[in-house]
Amino acid sequence: MFSNLDLQKLVFGRLTLEAIPYHEPIVLITFLGVAAGGLAVLGAVTYFRLWGYLWREWLTSVDHKKIGIMYVILALVMLLRGFADALMMRAQQAMAFGANEGFLPPHHYDQIFTAHGVIMIFFVAMPLVTGLMNFVVPLQIGARDVAFPFLNNFSFWMTVSGALTVMVSLFVGEFARTGWLAYPPLSGPAGSPGVGVDYYIWALQIAGIGTLLSGINLIATIVKMRAPGMSMMKMPVFTWTALCTNILIVAAFPILTAVLALLSLDRYVGTHFFSNDLGGNPMMYVNLIWIWGHPEVYILILPAFGVFSEIVSTFSSKRLFGYASMVYATVVITILSYLVWLHHFFTMGSGASVNSFFGITTMIISIPTGAKIFNWLFTMYKGRIRFEVPMLWTLGFMVTFTVGGMTGVLLAVPPADFVLHNSLFLIAHFHNVIIGGVLFGMLAGITYWFPKAFGYKLDPFWGKTSFWFWLTGFWFAFMPLYVLGLMGVTRRLNHFDDPSLQIWFVIAAFGAVLVLLGILSFIMTLVVSFVKREELRDVTGDPWGGRTLEWSTSSPPPDYNFAFTPMVHDGDAWWDMKRRGYSRPLHGFKPIHMPRNTGTGVILGMISIVFAFAMIWYIWWLAAATFVAMLAVTIVHTFNYNRDFYIPVDAVMGAENKRTKMLAGHV
Amino acid sequence: MKTAAGQPDSTTFYLEEEHHPEQGTMLGFWIYLMSDCLIFAVLFATYAVLGRNYAAGPSPKDLFELPLVAVNTTMLLFSSITYGFAMLEMEKGKQKNTLIWLTITGLFGLAFVGIELYEFAHLIHEGATPQRSAFLSAFFTLVGTHGLHVTLGIVWLVILMVQVNQRGLVPENKRRLMCLSLFWHFLDVIWIGVFTFVYLMGVLQ
Repeated sequence: MFSNLDLQKLVFGRLTLEAIPYHEPIVLITFLGVAAGGLAVLGAVTYFRLWGYLWREWLTSVDHKKIGIMYVILALVMLLRGFADALMMRAQQAMAFGANEGFLPPHHYDQIFTAHGVIMIFFVAMPLVTGLMNFVVPLQIGARDVAFPFLNNFSFWMTVSGALTVMVSLFVGEFARTGWLAYPPLSGPAGSPGVGVDYYIWALQIAGIGTLLSGINLIATIVKMRAPGMSMMKMPVFTWTALCTNILIVAAFPILTAVLALLSLDRYVGTHFFSNDLGGNPMMYVNLIWIWGHPEVYILILPAFGVFSEIVSTFSSKRLFGYASMVYATVVITILSYLVWLHHFFTMGSGASVNSFFGITTMIISIPTGAKIFNWLFTMYKGRIRFEVPMLWTLGFMVTFTVGGMTGVLLAVPPADFVLHNSLFLIAHFHNVIIGGVLFGMLAGITYWFPKAFGYKLDPFWGKTSFWFWLTGFWFAFMPLYVLGLMGVTRRLNHFDDPSLQIWFVIAAFGAVLVLLGILSFIMTLVVSFVKREELRDVTGDPWGGRTLEWSTSSPPPDYNFAFTPMVHDGDAWWDMKRRGYSRPLHGFKPIHMPRNTGTGVILGMISIVFAFAMIWYIWWLAAATFVAMLAVTIVHTFNYNRDFYIPVDAVMGAENKRTKMLAGHV
Repeated sequence: MKTAAGQPDSTTFYLEEEHHPEQGTMLGFWIYLMSDCLIFAVLFATYAVLGRNYAAGPSPKDLFELPLVAVNTTMLLFSSITYGFAMLEMEKGKQKNTLIWLTITGLFGLAFVGIELYEFAHLIHEGATPQRSAFLSAFFTLVGTHGLHVTLGIVWLVILMVQVNQRGLVPENKRRLMCLSLFWHFLDVIWIGVFTFVYLMGVLQ
């Protein structure tokens, strides 16, 4: 042993060898799997000498398209982790009855449901949404990049750092055992003295910075950088939903940052914001976190609504029905989403009047949402509908989401909520809207814009397979939870006594296996499509008969997106251009002004992980050093005034001529 | 393009010249400030909810010394005025005068932070620590967060002064000075809120 224990504390904080869970076989096997996979990837990158390429073309890239793609890759990787947690929970609950304790002891099970929620919301749904917006919005508004390209790269790396911090918690120490919103006093210093909640706090704080900055960035992009002629009411619906979502991000995430900072003060400094003694008030935390948390669910769903609007109109070969009402519905939802947060804790006891107010506002939200559903239906009415994969996701969404919406209205009735609060009914409800809404929307969007990003379509057979497994899997997995919830079964239990409940959990586990097949089919889609990419090649840049500007450029688009900035005369700008005989310009190219790549984002991201790790383990010298390092890197970056360059005319002409040849070869 | 009559020509589908969208930095920075404002809103709300939970400890009346806070407020308000002078000189293109006014601004800022630190040290010495009661937790966090912002503003100010010295009043530097100006005045506005709601109303109770 060390003769001087203080020295060890000084160097390693509270980090000891005990923190590595080598005595837990599940974690150990996972670690070996992740380590082997990680080493294989790193080895392959080194073997094929891809580091330079990766660094130059991807990690340091400020191109909104590449950053968007990287967000989606991050989300899909984290989906595997989050879904592995889900499978373990379903397996545990299907077997842990009576004498059978299952395979997950409570302290492990609690970490799993917390990690599942945190990962799925912050590191799957959020990066999917942000990634799609990043990729699509500048193309839809006819811009060359976002307003602040470096900031975009930095935001992405902050999100990655947050995700990696959660991953580290799996192998060093533990994750929070508090549920995904970490209510105090359970998450306070007395309730959770370990490092779990600190991992939670720092992961969210770091990722939150990224989310906030990318929100500011996209608002400025949409407000300032639209192509000439594109008035607000001529913006594509997806851009509208992106604008509203980013406004919500900017108006909600600071609240999360602040409330988590207060929780950190309680844990690190010993203040009394949310403690039970010396004047603290835990309900303050619950209020504040839901003032962020409720807008958050609309942050996720609005872009999905945007995706469906684009898809329905494209695959029905019709203009979207009720464009203006769609825009107003989106804006109304944006505003209302701030007036409903208390419905998450009707049982707090704020009294009948307060509960009635929030119950009624919650029910009102279903009106604009219902209007949207009707708009999509009327768009399809008398349209020439093509049942391609994105359209299937859309139809699956419309049925599934409507059911989820109705159970939501049911939960909005305070007396009903008193019965169903914290039950599996609630779990079924929000999975119903998040899977059936957000996830279906994002998978639809990925399938829809994939040819734009990579130049070839996704294989429809495996795409359809994935869709049907996801859809049936969802229904099998969550309908039993509605039943159980109505019977009064509460959430977050790792063991049950009543054997009559078991059949429902077995059905739910079967559903989870179907979803697993859906995920595997999706991976299969990516693999098969890559193999058959020549067959699936999109040479026109407009594989679906699209209506908005992103389909007017090549697939994948050149770095500069558009050789000439488009002029917009109609809401469906590209449809209008095609209809009125637009011909692609072949000469007169000019040099194009573009932002330069920078490594500052990725460097800051990596340092911030070390900083978070040091703060979590109380390694104060390292925390101070990395904090100073982050400040120094930022300051040095501000001394770089050489941030842009011109793509020479020759390069533009080369790229455009290549496209001309491709188009000619196609005809 | 527009035709002679000013109507958009509906057969033109692209711009032949390079399109330069309007600079978005000021808008972006303004939106950032509003998000920062929300952080303060949370801290103010927390203070409003917890600010009377003294836990049998000291109350604002026992702790706050209005004359000291008045001096402190003066420092910050003066710094805002001098920043304004710096901006006026910047508009005239007078680099040296701009730098002088920025230096004065920074000194006022330092005085503000210094007095605040003195006040905090005094309170802690008296046993009124952030750990004493929810009121003091909320007080130190709200006022301290503002102080932290001012400190970062001073760091930013110094960096900008170096950059103005190096490259002069080029458009990039002017834009940065404008952003810091927004930031600085924003902190002033927040302080007015702190002074009124925390100090004045605390002592009046």
